Amino acid sequence: MQAVIQATMEFLKLYWAPLLCGLVIVAVLPLVVGYIVLVERKLMADMQARLGPMRVGPHGLLQPIADAVKLLIKEDIIPDNADKLVFWLAPVLSVGAALLSIAGLAIGPAFQIAKDINIGILFVVGVSAMGIFGIVLGGWASNSHYSLMGSLRSSAQLVSYETAAGMALVSGLLLTGTLNIKAIVEAQSKEGIWFVMLAPVAFFIYLVASIAETNRAPFDLPEAESELVAGYMTEFSGFRWSLYFLAEYTNMIVVSSVATTLFLGGWLRPFADVHLFNFLDYVPPLLMIGVAGYCLSRTPKQPSGVQQIFMLAVASLCFVVALVLVAPVVLPIAKPFYAGIHGGFWFIFKVSAYIYFFMWLRFTIPRYRFDQLMRLGWQFLIPLSIVNVLVVGVALIVSSYFNLHGWAMLLVTTPAAIIALVVALMILAAGQESQAGKENAAASDFYAG
Amino acid sequence: MLDKVLFYIFAGLAIASAALMVTRRNAVHSAIFLVTALLATAGIFLQLRAEFLFIVQIILYVGGIMVLFIFVIMLVNLDVALQQIQFARQKWVALIVALALSAQFGLMLWSSGKTPGQGIPVLAAPSASELPANSEAVAQSLFGTYLLAFEIASVLLLVAMIGAVVMAKKER
Amino acid sequence: MLPIGHYLFLSAALFIIGVIGVITRRNVIVILMSIELILNAVNINLVAFSRLYGDVAGQVFALFIIADAAAEAAVGLGIIIAFFRNRETVLADEMDLLKW
Repeated sequence: MQAVIQATMEFLKLYWAPLLCGLVIVAVLPLVVGYIVLVERKLMADMQARLGPMRVGPHGLLQPIADAVKLLIKEDIIPDNADKLVFWLAPVLSVGAALLSIAGLAIGPAFQIAKDINIGILFVVGVSAMGIFGIVLGGWASNSHYSLMGSLRSSAQLVSYETAAGMALVSGLLLTGTLNIKAIVEAQSKEGIWFVMLAPVAFFIYLVASIAETNRAPFDLPEAESELVAGYMTEFSGFRWSLYFLAEYTNMIVVSSVATTLFLGGWLRPFADVHLFNFLDYVPPLLMIGVAGYCLSRTPKQPSGVQQIFMLAVASLCFVVALVLVAPVVLPIAKPFYAGIHGGFWFIFKVSAYIYFFMWLRFTIPRYRFDQLMRLGWQFLIPLSIVNVLVVGVALIVSSYFNLHGWAMLLVTTPAAIIALVVALMILAAGQESQAGKENAAASDFYAG
Repeated sequence: MLDKVLFYIFAGLAIASAALMVTRRNAVHSAIFLVTALLATAGIFLQLRAEFLFIVQIILYVGGIMVLFIFVIMLVNLDVALQQIQFARQKWVALIVALALSAQFGLMLWSSGKTPGQGIPVLAAPSASELPANSEAVAQSLFGTYLLAFEIASVLLLVAMIGAVVMAKKER
Repeated sequence: MLPIGHYLFLSAALFIIGVIGVITRRNVIVILMSIELILNAVNINLVAFSRLYGDVAGQVFALFIIADAAAEAAVGLGIIIAFFRNRETVLADEMDLLKW
């Protein structure tokens, strides 16, 4: 007993800061996810020429809170012959894996919960892969055919695209030589070029694979409402469903963060170490002042007094954030915080851009049929990613032979990317021919039962 | 001290999950307990400062092999199997064999250090700060000294993949 | 690191539980899962000794064992599926076509 208490005190003394960060994230993340859902609904409305949620709060800004309250007070229905232990465990596994993988991410050079893990990015990818269990067990525990088929389809999709995503990450990691997240971003700072320009095909493969990994459209057949009701989530209602939902959007954030770290330069400003572009340091505060100004200009047009006060509050919040962002650039005493504050801003900006692209794709492209999805994963993305690893490896050897660094590496990696693209087109062409041949024959019964 | 408590937590979890795994009637429950045992083993790897192996265990074993097992369990899930006898007819012989095996292990563990050359070595392990960076060390070893074994392992995996696809295909 | 005896004891315990599982259970899938448990026990042993001697070869060996276990699980489960399609059973006692 004494030993346990002593060990606990030792643990707390060493790790109180990461524990606190973890607690804050677990507490704040559902709210953030709720607002991402609101942004998605507003974007969807904008792209469909309508307004979206407008009732609850000014411009629908309190909609996530209303949704959360609704989900929490819903009745918790458990199907009749469902396995109660596994039914309870499945959403917990999904959410647990998603939240645990956030521990390995780094928002700024000093914002990392689990500091300096040797296996940084592999930890994030591997732990988020454990969420497949939540899907498989959830579908099985529901004791319903729709759920089981939806969960099998969803997990087959996840496993297929995980290989392609991993190989795409490998070709990006060839450029760094280390798995440590801080070292990856520092390598991009040292080379002075984001890895998306050195390995564009890898970025493209990771983009497509990450959309499939998070079950987002156009790869969302397992949870499309016109297909299998809600797939593996059918029998879960109320709080359990919100756990699955939270897991899905957290996975989206994690996948965007991994892509941002490896390909988009993490927390670096565009042209991070080039003094010529130091005026870009003023872009974040100017952006926030622009948002504050927009809110101020919309204030008189609000219908009621409460909504006007709310808009003024949002505007002043943006203004305060702009002041915080401009301080490290202008005031000498705040200079040490520059990397942390601006790093955090650029990281969140890039992650938001990536998520915006996810949402944009969702509302633009029609859904893939399941056999088309599997064909795309196994017969296009995986061969392409393997060829890409080969090609990037050769490009790296050539560039180190000629001692090229930074932007000069583009001379070698661009032909490499072109070769990979040519291979991709060849695979696509071959796929088209065999596809035309197959559709002339009898219909194939992939996954028909 | 923290090291010790972590080891006991993970070890207790591993042994408890393993014991529960071999005694469950429902195969899916067995699979879930095996997942817990594998996660506890991964924790032991982490406690032994083998970080790369920790994450490989989670990605491959938990995220790959166990998902495969659960798929197959769902495919062959028979409700009638739940009512049948769960243990084979030779269970008492098996338990005697297990007792003999544990007696052997116990003798080995007990005789450590008593006679020189018998039992387990009494060495001092290098402290954690002296260890090289784990992923880099494993990579150097894997692609340097053991490159041939690595290539043979990849051929083995290819053969296994082809074999599994051929065996599980439906006869048309 | 704790004295090596602790890790050896854990490895031995998992090994014995795995052996009991393989010999006693009738469900072939549970037998395969017990085999995975045995392989994990061996892995713990290898990694513990690798840490004791400061040599990373033990971890590389454990890596190969994990890859091997994946291949074996895939092939074994393929055999089970093929057998299940023919005989509708997964119990080891009932797989007795070759008995006299």
